[in-house]
Amino acid sequence: MKIMKEISRRNFIRQTSLSGIALTLGASVSGKTAVEIINAQTPDKMGTELMSWISIDKSGKVTIVSHRSEMGQGTYQAIPQMIAEELEVNLDQVTIFFAPANPKKYGPQPQEGSFSVRGWYKQLLQVGASAREMLIDVATKRWNVATSECYAKNGDVIHRPSGKKLGYGLLVEEAATLTPPQNVELKSRKAYKIIGKPLRRQDIPLKINGTAQFGLDKKLPGMLYAVVERSPRFRGKVKRFDDSKTKAIPGVKQVLTVKRAVFGSLFEGVAVVADSLWAALQGRKVLVVEWDDSGFDHPGSEQLASQMRENLKKPGPSPQFEAAFENATKKLEAVYETPYQSHSCMEPLNCIAHVQDNRIEIWGPIQEANWIQADLSERMGIPKENVTVNMTFLGGGFGRKAFPDYPHEAALISKAINAPVQVVWTREDDMRLGPFRPGAFYACRGGIDNKGQIQALQTITATQWLGEGWSPEPYPDPKPAGYNSGSLEGMPSPYFKAIPHYSFGGVGTRSPIPVMWWRAPMANTAGFAGESFVDELAHLAGQDPMDFRRSHLPDKRFQALLDQLEAISNWKSRGKNAGWGVAITECFGGICGHIVQVVRKTDGKLNINKVIALIDCGWYVNPDIIRAQVEGSIIMGLGAAIKHATTFNDGKAVHQNFNTYEMPRMTDTPEIEVHIMENDEPAGGVGEPGLPPFAPALCNAIFDLTGKRIRTLPFKLEEV
Amino acid sequence: MPLYQLSINGKKYRVNADAQMPLLWVIRELVGLTGTKYGCGIAQCGACTVHLKGAPVRSCSFPVSAVLNQPITTIEGISNDNSHPVQKAWIDEQVPQCGYCQSGQIMSAVALLRDNPHPSDADINAAMQGNICRCGTYPRIRKAIKRAAATLPKTNGQ
Repeated sequence: MKIMKEISRRNFIRQTSLSGIALTLGASVSGKTAVEIINAQTPDKMGTELMSWISIDKSGKVTIVSHRSEMGQGTYQAIPQMIAEELEVNLDQVTIFFAPANPKKYGPQPQEGSFSVRGWYKQLLQVGASAREMLIDVATKRWNVATSECYAKNGDVIHRPSGKKLGYGLLVEEAATLTPPQNVELKSRKAYKIIGKPLRRQDIPLKINGTAQFGLDKKLPGMLYAVVERSPRFRGKVKRFDDSKTKAIPGVKQVLTVKRAVFGSLFEGVAVVADSLWAALQGRKVLVVEWDDSGFDHPGSEQLASQMRENLKKPGPSPQFEAAFENATKKLEAVYETPYQSHSCMEPLNCIAHVQDNRIEIWGPIQEANWIQADLSERMGIPKENVTVNMTFLGGGFGRKAFPDYPHEAALISKAINAPVQVVWTREDDMRLGPFRPGAFYACRGGIDNKGQIQALQTITATQWLGEGWSPEPYPDPKPAGYNSGSLEGMPSPYFKAIPHYSFGGVGTRSPIPVMWWRAPMANTAGFAGESFVDELAHLAGQDPMDFRRSHLPDKRFQALLDQLEAISNWKSRGKNAGWGVAITECFGGICGHIVQVVRKTDGKLNINKVIALIDCGWYVNPDIIRAQVEGSIIMGLGAAIKHATTFNDGKAVHQNFNTYEMPRMTDTPEIEVHIMENDEPAGGVGEPGLPPFAPALCNAIFDLTGKRIRTLPFKLEEV
Repeated sequence: MPLYQLSINGKKYRVNADAQMPLLWVIRELVGLTGTKYGCGIAQCGACTVHLKGAPVRSCSFPVSAVLNQPITTIEGISNDNSHPVQKAWIDEQVPQCGYCQSGQIMSAVALLRDNPHPSDADINAAMQGNICRCGTYPRIRKAIKRAAATLPKTNGQ
């Protein structure tokens, strides 16, 4: 029997911060920019480097480095926009470069946890402000005037009394010799000229005419192509392969066994290397590989589901919780089930590697430059400073491109063939090989008192834990079932203040399937279970779901969010003909509430009419990018709720392409309205927090309309 | 390998290619125009959409041997300065996020508006249903198509 502890706030923070890596968001600005993908060969184009992020040439042209990956979330804008605000330059005149991985210069560069703005804004504002002060300092000395008489504007330092001006280009070389001042006073939010404004993204002009360079678009002179037949049961070893027909294809150069590190395991494949992508693809079609699939299970989805259902019982009763639950006036128990999912970025995985002697250079859609640099260094035995990781635009990331397996595989192939090589994953490779979002099942129990307050709440999670893949091969026994060991990511934290007896526990799934983070990791499943169950308890208490949440979220930010959500949706005046559902989740520093409205159409089928979203991300950079991220999060959440799931049969993923793994399309898209809370809170996440509330708000709306409670995702909306 | 003469964006190209090679790979790998994207290879996502004699086709599933003498337009041929009404509307509505599918989205939208300059919501649904956007830019795509339509003359541009 396990001992259950009451959850403390500290414990909550500790537990929720363990839930893994994810995505991001940022903000942006308008204008035409000459964009190049920077690599180690082109720093001279930038002029004099004033600070790590800022270079200015003699003509005054400013280059700002974005050291974060751009995968749609808008950091390509957010990073320069924050710096430009304090630097006092107009972003229209700024050239933006992607920085290669360089943790010494830029600090950590991972795209995860919706962290680009919230994790960096104070430092980046300071970078811009320090650079500005250095430029003002040089001008002041040249004019021999008081610093207080000078200010910076639009790339010039101006002497207020005389109106004299000096452009940054004339000051930068001398300014670069100064020591950057520390702790420069930053502008007040009211004084911002570009932060907080819905300025147009500078990457968009490149993304509407074919000039934005994604990983697959990058080519190197003398580059070969590789496609890889990888073990369809993930952990199979190459027993033998027959490449006689492959080698007969004109253009095929070599066929070789290759590995790639997926957490603690080495997964195997056979690479077909050719002088064209077409030849490599043709060669692979006629390649015959025999796999050794011994030593690990080959589960199907039903076996995984049965295991998770059994596992939910494993933590056993917890005496403290049971006592509180027993005393409740009304009680409810429910199990929620969510499936495995593929990331399915529109740009399938790909990577160019060029390994020479003691050097590696990588180009690709890279979400995690530092980790990939360090991982390659360690695995290939090459010093980190000799590993160059260049980022292109990413055609989606969602967590998948933060993983170092595909660059590792590319580097091994390049080393073996002694040439630069682009490894291209087909859609089928990308979709069927994972790592996947793990399926997660939740057993929820709750009891309310005679005033309708939750007295006891328990959630047990059965899932494949994201971190356990690090164990040695073949695959680990999960850590033992227990309490205080699950993840609460997604649940609004004030619930834990309001509910006297809260218990949470977890049980790991034993499975050979590789899993990893997916946009809003854990929150995207735990939020569904948690906010569906809270809704069920509201109905059990006979209370309005909005009022019920209000009395269980004793926190001013949440109260303000609820008030605003109620006002913008006209919640109280909703009619009987539509079903309305509300859900609120908190993850990665962002709080988001959705109201989903469903109706029954004349043909008898349900339709999602409208989604109203309200996000509280505190201090922010660009409201239009926030709206775009929340819109996109809703549609991605809709896909996971009613369109697709990755299922397994005999140890292999069943769905391999968009013909069966159905994406939301134009006709699935409801009207979406996104609102942003205005407050003085610190910057929070934006790229992920908009996703988790969708599924529970939808299911709560369906219950409101039909009385039918949906506890398993995905479901077919037309069959409800 | 047979030799094909292709007209792409008004320019002539001569390529040696397998007869079965999809037009997508000819455009990207042999001609070197990389704005047209690979997304699924089975005509399910629309990222590879180009125009063949003005009509949208999924180039990933269209063999080069079937092109014959029909002129091809890719995203690079829509305009050289983002001045096409659809491109302008895409900027005004700030449509792209990651941007990977947007070449295909724009090619489908341009073809729709050429045939039907003032489409209804149902027309937009029908024309755009074959294009997947994983970032979920559909609401903005719809708005951008309507915005572009509002700038077009009332008569059919054919």
